[in-house]
Amino acid sequence: MSDNVIDARGLLKLYGGARVVDAIDLSIRRGEIFGLLGPNGAGKTTTILMMLGLTEISGGSVNVLGFNPVRQPLEVKRRVGYLPDAVGFYDNLSARENLIYTARLLDIPRRETEARIMEALRSVDLADVADKRVATYSRGMRQRLGIAEIVMKKAEVAILDEPTSGLDPHATFELLEMIRRLKRGGVAVLLSSHLLDRVQSVCDRVALFNQGKIALMGTVVELANKVLGAGHPLLIEATGQDVAGTLGSIAGVRQVVPAGEGAWRVTADHDVRAEVAQRIVSAGGALTKLSDLQPSLEEVYTRYFQEARHAA
Amino acid sequence: MPRSLGGREGSPFTGIGPVYMKELADHLSSVRMLVLTLFIIVFGAFPVASSLQQLRTTIGSDAYLFLRIFTIEPEQVPIPFVQALNFVIPLMAIGLGFDLVNSEFNRRTLSRVLSQPLYRDALLLGKFLAGLTTLAVALAALWLIVFGAGLLLLGLPPRGVEVARALGFLVVAVAYGGVWLAVAMFFSVVFRSTATSALSALGLWLFFFILWPLIAQAITRAFVPPEITSLDQYIGLQELALALQRLSPGTLFSEAVLALLNPETRTLGPMLPSQMRGAIMGAPLPLGQSLLLIWPQVTGLIAGMIVVFSASYVIFQREEVRA
Repeated sequence: MSDNVIDARGLLKLYGGARVVDAIDLSIRRGEIFGLLGPNGAGKTTTILMMLGLTEISGGSVNVLGFNPVRQPLEVKRRVGYLPDAVGFYDNLSARENLIYTARLLDIPRRETEARIMEALRSVDLADVADKRVATYSRGMRQRLGIAEIVMKKAEVAILDEPTSGLDPHATFELLEMIRRLKRGGVAVLLSSHLLDRVQSVCDRVALFNQGKIALMGTVVELANKVLGAGHPLLIEATGQDVAGTLGSIAGVRQVVPAGEGAWRVTADHDVRAEVAQRIVSAGGALTKLSDLQPSLEEVYTRYFQEARHAA
Repeated sequence: MPRSLGGREGSPFTGIGPVYMKELADHLSSVRMLVLTLFIIVFGAFPVASSLQQLRTTIGSDAYLFLRIFTIEPEQVPIPFVQALNFVIPLMAIGLGFDLVNSEFNRRTLSRVLSQPLYRDALLLGKFLAGLTTLAVALAALWLIVFGAGLLLLGLPPRGVEVARALGFLVVAVAYGGVWLAVAMFFSVVFRSTATSALSALGLWLFFFILWPLIAQAITRAFVPPEITSLDQYIGLQELALALQRLSPGTLFSEAVLALLNPETRTLGPMLPSQMRGAIMGAPLPLGQSLLLIWPQVTGLIAGMIVVFSASYVIFQREEVRA
């Protein structure tokens, strides 16, 4: 068996003639966190539903853990955990009762059920409210309960649809931490989102969706290189004589752009931080800030869609 | 044709047990169930109480005294018990079924549940069977109450054949409820809004109760020739009228119940003089003969239930799960 847990080839979905998902190729590797990014309506959820066998596939093929979701949906659904967008639970039941129902559907042996549920609830910090009705839960708690369901299921792959949408920053932080924990447990995670900065921090690789197609795919740095141009962006704040000129004379520096009073943005072919510090100090200047600018997915995304619009 | 229907692997019944148990628990513990049960008991209690009062005066003169509790038209409340049921059972079935599927959409639980290893078949069938069981439990309880009240107030045990006929009546009542449960579930699959599906199901029920008899009459009248010249022509018209009436599940129910609870019933259609030859007026039919008489009605009810269920099944298979 290959190292890919999900393999999609030419996956196609038509809705009344419109190509909602337009022949995409996608592979998710074992143990990675993969982000599906893109504006609403770009085909992310439809792609996810096709992988789970919850909606018809119009063309192409998809293979999940060696099973075909069209012909073997039960096998796929036994091994894949799914957290839908704005997940719902039975409000009149407690968290524990909700999970018991899922455990019965999964055919988990009865004597294991209780232990597995409590372990799962503990892993998402819901153990002390396990017997409260879900109606009293906040949105963040519901999402965590959804993660608990995946943990209880001992899924090999977790598919999370917009897991952080509508959560406050703290709840988002907690949820992302739980997603990382899933990964540490050896679970491959596929998550979709339109909230980029949050996704950036957890994803190993991302795919950028646009109108049913995958526009870009790779690590965040790879995408940044492709869209924003290669190089290491730096932010420098310094005082002294002709800082810009000093910076520009460093080998490997391609661009120096003023970024406000006494600040410059430098793009270089490789990491030139050490040299920058040395040259400024030896030129008699004072270096007050030297930071490596992580390429931001937000920037990639905005730039990419600007260009896509211009091209159109 | 959805491809998943062809060549998919695994039993369509995987997971039906947990769905059934959960739905049953939901029904039995719900406030709605309590209200519906109260409703059906109140509706049933009045006719039964007044028929019992009346029957106490005629003990001994009637071989099928117990069955009369169900069918007699009391003086104070001019509705026999079975007629009250004819009216109330659909209401109860609709009350149980109108939000079976669309509530899962609205609570956003559907996609989560369907991402567990089960087919949609199991979800739909499990829900339907749980609803039917709930209905059967409520009707059986009512049936037992009536029987118990009869025993207490008439002070007379029912004969075996009476119990058998009354049990047959219970089965027919559950089948009748099943038709309306299937109808309610059909609308709950078609409409996302629970209010719309409840209204549609109630609308259909009112249509069959109030409008359909009138429409059937009007249609028949349209076929009446200026002059009826032969008996065959007359019988033909009668049969057309009956056939139209029988499209309503309520008619099938009342016919089946009539033949079961009034053993004297010899036919459910027009009666010809040739059929009367050799018959002793008012002599009861054996149970087997009565069952033969209502066989078409009962199969009709069950067939209707299956047809409506299949329709909801087909629609549900094609429905997109995303809210």
